[in-house]
Amino acid sequence: MKKASTLRDDFPILNQEVNGKPLIYLDNAATTQKPKVVIDRVSSFLSEENANIHRGVHHLSMNATKAYDQARSAVAKFINANSDNEIIFVRGATEAINLVANSFGKSLLEKGDEILVTEMEHHANIVPWQLVARETGAKVIPIAITDHGEIDLNDFESKINKRTKIASFIHVSNALGTINPAKRMIQILKAKDIPVLLDGAQAVAHQAVNVQDLGCDFYVFSSHKLFGPDGMGVLYGRNELLSKMSPYQGGGDMIEVVSFDGTTFREPPERFEAGTPNISGAIGLKEAIDYINDLGWDTIEKIESSLLKYCTEKLSSIPSLKIIGTAQKKVPVLSFTMGSAHPHDIATILDSKGIAVRAGHHCAQPLMKRLGVSATTRASLSFYNNVEEIDQLGEALEQVSKIFEN
Amino acid sequence: MDDLSDLYQEIILSHNKRPRNSDPLDPSTGQAEGFNPLCGDKLTVYVRNSENFLETVSCDTDGCAISRASGSIMTTMVANKEIIEVEKLIEDTKLLLTGEDEPEVDLIEHGDMAALIGVRKFPARIKCATLAWHALESALKGNNEATTE
Repeated sequence: MKKASTLRDDFPILNQEVNGKPLIYLDNAATTQKPKVVIDRVSSFLSEENANIHRGVHHLSMNATKAYDQARSAVAKFINANSDNEIIFVRGATEAINLVANSFGKSLLEKGDEILVTEMEHHANIVPWQLVARETGAKVIPIAITDHGEIDLNDFESKINKRTKIASFIHVSNALGTINPAKRMIQILKAKDIPVLLDGAQAVAHQAVNVQDLGCDFYVFSSHKLFGPDGMGVLYGRNELLSKMSPYQGGGDMIEVVSFDGTTFREPPERFEAGTPNISGAIGLKEAIDYINDLGWDTIEKIESSLLKYCTEKLSSIPSLKIIGTAQKKVPVLSFTMGSAHPHDIATILDSKGIAVRAGHHCAQPLMKRLGVSATTRASLSFYNNVEEIDQLGEALEQVSKIFEN
Repeated sequence: MDDLSDLYQEIILSHNKRPRNSDPLDPSTGQAEGFNPLCGDKLTVYVRNSENFLETVSCDTDGCAISRASGSIMTTMVANKEIIEVEKLIEDTKLLLTGEDEPEVDLIEHGDMAALIGVRKFPARIKCATLAWHALESALKGNNEATTE
């Protein structure tokens, strides 16, 4: 097992100064940094192995195809899918949700039907459903959350009815860090035969995900939030559903026979991967997964839970600071407000100290409205962060307090 | 002074804390909303003007210190002026904040807006400083919305 103190060295970008101060990267919920092994793997693929897949009989193409297929297997194993064919490679979690909304939701939904989401969704799990609702006459119904930022399970159960045709909710909140009781909710939904999509964009970098144990029908995530390249993402779908779904986009690679009399499509996953995919992205993602597997979830969870505890205590000690999102179960994501200091001003002041955080609505405007804030500042941590960085964050926030006389 | 204290000068912080002329105007002859979709800053500029003369202005801002201060300072600078003068002030301010060349600051001409010049060192925040001015321009032209995009 690697030592926590040396993990940082695996990430070349962390070794730099910003505004004359060592970079303290606390914006991991926006995107995670990439370990050198991922950067090197993408580079070696592009410089030594690049070719298009699934078409050439030549050496490079065959090897690239093999590497791409191995990436699919690695992802399947990573989330414990039943088969590699249940893993569709897409551009990111957003595209995966759009794919399901269009290829699955549209054929299922009729006027008056209901799509269940929660008040804490990222816009990526609201807007695709609204677009489909507009076409089909269905409605998007939000489940209430509590003031602590947890799903109100009573409201959840009361919103399920015979018009509920699909449920789609966030596994871990990007804005609050809440880990939702997904398995329990899925059990309740599946008992009524309601298909479930779980948005795992923020979950996959913090904990082991087992889609069969969760029992969801679809699971989506982005590679770039999992230490892999951007422009790359994953849709997991149960084979039974995927095999009945229509293509999302048409093009090369997804067809069996094309003629002007009619075209037939391949089975999943190829049916949903029109055109040349992000081959180097898939290969980089596999390397990121290998890196995480080497590190081990026990190590990651141990480091992150102690960072979360330390950071929560540190922030709570600042009088004017209010943590937004105080769920029992959280990943190390800390959203907060500070009296009259606006989040953008806080983020600017932190940036001048080399500290990168996110300020704004976190692509969750309905959530901000529910919580009665227009924006928050968010520090989101990963296992490569450390307590010294949190101390620096605390000091910088003390200065914010001083500037704004909180 | 370092860049940060340049940005958060006393005068900015004072306008942020107690924005001048922030109540909606009643009656008004026009109003426009300014919205920065990137960060969520929102403000409304109200004007009472004739064809050639801007009698009074107010700016109600839900946003960061820079956007609040800029809107507040703006209301103190443009009221009771010929429209043609106001239009020149808008152009001068845009140039002051976003012009390619380092501007020469004229304290009389630019007034308290000169305090906002520190924003030039923070490219991510320039739109916060220009938002109210874009909204004023829209309100005078009879448009109801201005965004920074």
